[in-house]
Amino acid sequence: MKTVTTFSQLEKGMKARIIEASSATPEGIRLQEMGLTKDTVFIVTKIAPLGDPIEIELRGYRLCLRRSETEGFALEISE
Amino acid sequence: MFSTAIPSEPVDKKTYLLAVVGNPNAGKTSLFNALTGSRQKVGNYPGVTVERVSSVRNLGKFRLEFVDVPGLYSLEPVSADELVAVEALSGENGVRPDLVICVIDSSNLERNLYLFTQIAELQLPTIVVLTMTDVLESKGSRVDIPKLSTLLGVEVVSVIAHKKTGVKELETTILGVIGQARSPRKFPWKSQSNDHTYLELRHRIACSGIDMSDAEFDQLFLTPEDAISKDWEEHPDVLALIIEARSLPQDAPANDDPVSERYKWTSTIQSEVIVTPSRKRRSTVTDKIDFVLTHRFWGLAVFIAVMYVVFQSIYSFAEPIMGWIEGGFSRIGDFVSPWFSGSPAVQSLIVDGVIGGVGGALAFLPQIMILFLFIALLEGSGYLARAAFLMDKLLGWAGLNGRAFIPLLSSFACAIPGIMAARVMPDPKSRLATILVAPLMSCSARLPVYLLLIGAVIEPKYGAVCAGVTLFAMHFLGLLVAIPVVMVLNKRVIKGKRLPFHLELPPYQWPKWRDVWLSMYIRAKTFLQTAGTIIVVMSIIIWGLLYFPRSMEDDQKFAAEFRISKPLATDLEVTQFVDAKRMENSYLGQFGRAIEPVLRPAGFDWRLSTAILSAFPAREVVVASMGVLFQQGSDAPQESPSLRNSLKDATWPDGRPLITIWSAVSLMVFFALCCQCMATLATVKRETGTWKWPVFMFCYMTGLAYIFSVGIFQLGLWLGSR
Repeated sequence: MKTVTTFSQLEKGMKARIIEASSATPEGIRLQEMGLTKDTVFIVTKIAPLGDPIEIELRGYRLCLRRSETEGFALEISE
Repeated sequence: MFSTAIPSEPVDKKTYLLAVVGNPNAGKTSLFNALTGSRQKVGNYPGVTVERVSSVRNLGKFRLEFVDVPGLYSLEPVSADELVAVEALSGENGVRPDLVICVIDSSNLERNLYLFTQIAELQLPTIVVLTMTDVLESKGSRVDIPKLSTLLGVEVVSVIAHKKTGVKELETTILGVIGQARSPRKFPWKSQSNDHTYLELRHRIACSGIDMSDAEFDQLFLTPEDAISKDWEEHPDVLALIIEARSLPQDAPANDDPVSERYKWTSTIQSEVIVTPSRKRRSTVTDKIDFVLTHRFWGLAVFIAVMYVVFQSIYSFAEPIMGWIEGGFSRIGDFVSPWFSGSPAVQSLIVDGVIGGVGGALAFLPQIMILFLFIALLEGSGYLARAAFLMDKLLGWAGLNGRAFIPLLSSFACAIPGIMAARVMPDPKSRLATILVAPLMSCSARLPVYLLLIGAVIEPKYGAVCAGVTLFAMHFLGLLVAIPVVMVLNKRVIKGKRLPFHLELPPYQWPKWRDVWLSMYIRAKTFLQTAGTIIVVMSIIIWGLLYFPRSMEDDQKFAAEFRISKPLATDLEVTQFVDAKRMENSYLGQFGRAIEPVLRPAGFDWRLSTAILSAFPAREVVVASMGVLFQQGSDAPQESPSLRNSLKDATWPDGRPLITIWSAVSLMVFFALCCQCMATLATVKRETGTWKWPVFMFCYMTGLAYIFSVGIFQLGLWLGSR
């Protein structure tokens, strides 16, 4: 069964799909504009030594973001 | 009417404005450098920290002004500063560009085209420059450029700036389209199924010799049908098309998720134009290097080693060069000095004011250039982004972000290059916060003060270990104070929204020497032109305050007084006494006396007050001023035992010792926190484009210094009275 989760639960190498990108804050919209839209699938490629930020690969490119700035995003781990 | 001008001059008198736009890291700067060389002019958009880099050059018969619009992910502005960049593009803030050069990274087409969908809406003449095609080819795929051009509806040119391939073609394309370039379709991502009919319609209207603007075209769909039928009676085939087009849904259904819609379109384009896409993920060289450089342990170890090398180099390479510059200028001073021997005031103005001021400004150049050499190398190789990735969490606690580490660390050497280095931060709010706390880091100019006072009071009383600890504590103090300051700044002072932190780790590559050199050259030039000028002017003003009023009669009177009170005094002692008296009587000295009541609670008498005042333009002056004020001559080095001794022997008028452990600590803390560096203020003015922030910085730092010093000295009095 697939479980709903958030960015804070991600570990290196995990693959996830965005099932909700509802944040209407400027920060949330900016992340969507960077390609984190609903149904986008990404892989966690790096986690910084202190746990944040993380680097993910989506839409053929890689982006580092802070887990602490991903309110309003819900994910689904796809194995 | 101007065609009779000299043939080599551009015939067209109009200056065409060309805006170079693109995502950060899309290769925009390299392209801009390739197009314009070192003729760049760095200015600010009015009132904000966004830098406006532009360059005018002649191409063919045209005069073109290229503007490097700051890197943007989106035209949906989040911060006020982004808004300026967007307005520069849309022409709301001045002139609309005549041509938009949209830079698109072919290895990241899907996201880069997102910005294109928004630029299309501006309906400006546009051409697309495709970069990084070599990166794409190394992965075994390529872009079908003619197809991309058809799909986007604009000219597409592939350029690899550092190899100079495609630059000529781009120039030819610009010449071909200037003044008549096509605008892309307004909503390429909308109503794709209907596109064919609309385009066909426009084409047929154009063919029938009717010139129609976009607005008129839109009217075709808003005007009642019978009116249209009447207007187009003479062109039945066009009328049929209009009626067909009107029967189609006029727009894509309004959707509540335009971001997703745009990405659907860019994703389709990407799959259409990328030939033999490499689906398979291979472990690249960059991945292998990153495994070490972003590793939990090794990553941090390498980071510390790299930073150590950078700052050690600044210290050890810049120091001798600064020595030569200062030595050179003092020799120039000695050389020209005799020319003005007839008039001591002019002589002193030229030698101490002008030549000293220019030398003082130039002395910062080695540090700036070495730091920017390293920043350009780290940025060009891709390591800077990794370092920000490693450090972000740590600096995030203080309300800053990972990119702040270079500005803050360099500020321990000197705040000037540190503040300039804050430009590695794309988020203007974080950048401003970093600029405002950078001068709290203890720069090397504070060291002489610490050494003098620790040598005079702490070391003889408490030993070498305590002296070392005090020196370290003084360096740590600024960092510690910076944390609450940033918190308050972010909450109360700096308006506007903070952008979310995001970062891309580009593939590792060899730095491009041309870009490295240009970065150093342009920084140095800009510093000298703006901050340098202010430094020289301020030096002359402070020189005047210290020199005047002065008269021969007064000097002779002081000398006579001194000889009466000390008949056995040597000539040297007399000169030192006269110098001290002159300083006491100068405007600055009078000001020092006037301000003594304010500074007395911090444990400073008029001499220390005057020394502090004389150090506001540059804190390193203070040891020289104290040398004069405590009658040791202005060449007293901080280690000089005699200045230390006269400090120890100095008393208040009632005989209490002036320099106690508490007043010494109070004075050191004052120097640690106070903003005594006009070069810093001039640089902040230059970097933020307004006097508001340097004035704010001066007030908050000086206020903090005063509060801390008074607090420490009063604590000492209270402890001593118990």
